[in-house]
Amino acid sequence: MLRIDRSIYDKIVAHARRDHPDEACGVVAGPEKSDLPERFIEMANAERSPTFYRFDSLEQLKVWREMDDRDEEPVVIYHSHTATEAYPSRTDISYASEPGAHYVLVSTREPDAVEFRSYRIVDGQVTEEPVEVVGAGADQ
Amino acid sequence: MAIEVRIPTILRNLTDDAKVVEGSGATIGELFTDLDGRYPGIGERLVDGGKLRRFINVYLNDEDVRFVGGLEAELSDGDSVTVLPAVAGGSR
Repeated sequence: MLRIDRSIYDKIVAHARRDHPDEACGVVAGPEKSDLPERFIEMANAERSPTFYRFDSLEQLKVWREMDDRDEEPVVIYHSHTATEAYPSRTDISYASEPGAHYVLVSTREPDAVEFRSYRIVDGQVTEEPVEVVGAGADQ
Repeated sequence: MAIEVRIPTILRNLTDDAKVVEGSGATIGELFTDLDGRYPGIGERLVDGGKLRRFINVYLNDEDVRFVGGLEAELSDGDSVTVLPAVAGGSR
């Protein structure tokens, strides 16, 4: 299960909407072994493409070093699909290289609705997991 | 010549869980050959057909080695090399 704060959920969705029709991507860091996504880090999509994303290599080094210095790890790795469903594609699965991360997929294919789903991707196996959004929301 | 090599999570099963290992070599390519000798299997995760694998980022100090010679990039004593699998994907 992915437990995520409403404020971080909103930031991920806002980023995906803003970059549409290009795929948006980023990381939410948290203390090692905590499974708590706390620190939202938007990343540039170096491909700037509606069908592919890739973290800029030097930006990735900077962010990974920072997480290391802070004893953090990437708890969530998110990206958006802009015309397809929020499910990991074959390329998403083959490039998934952080076995401890929750892979969040957001789909912006509908202008009035958002799909936000989370998965574990380990050794090429995809397992969807429930998402629990915690904290103040519009209807609470 | 001692080169510090930082290993990403996904390759640590090949280095007995070590996050940092030491290697030697005059170039990145030689360094990887050296590492493969001590940690069998790591070489082919980094190099394919004599070239750096496309979705593995290798950094020499603060630079992406793709811009400073790739496998031919030259190393000096005390250099630090970091390996990070690229974070990428797409709709297909």
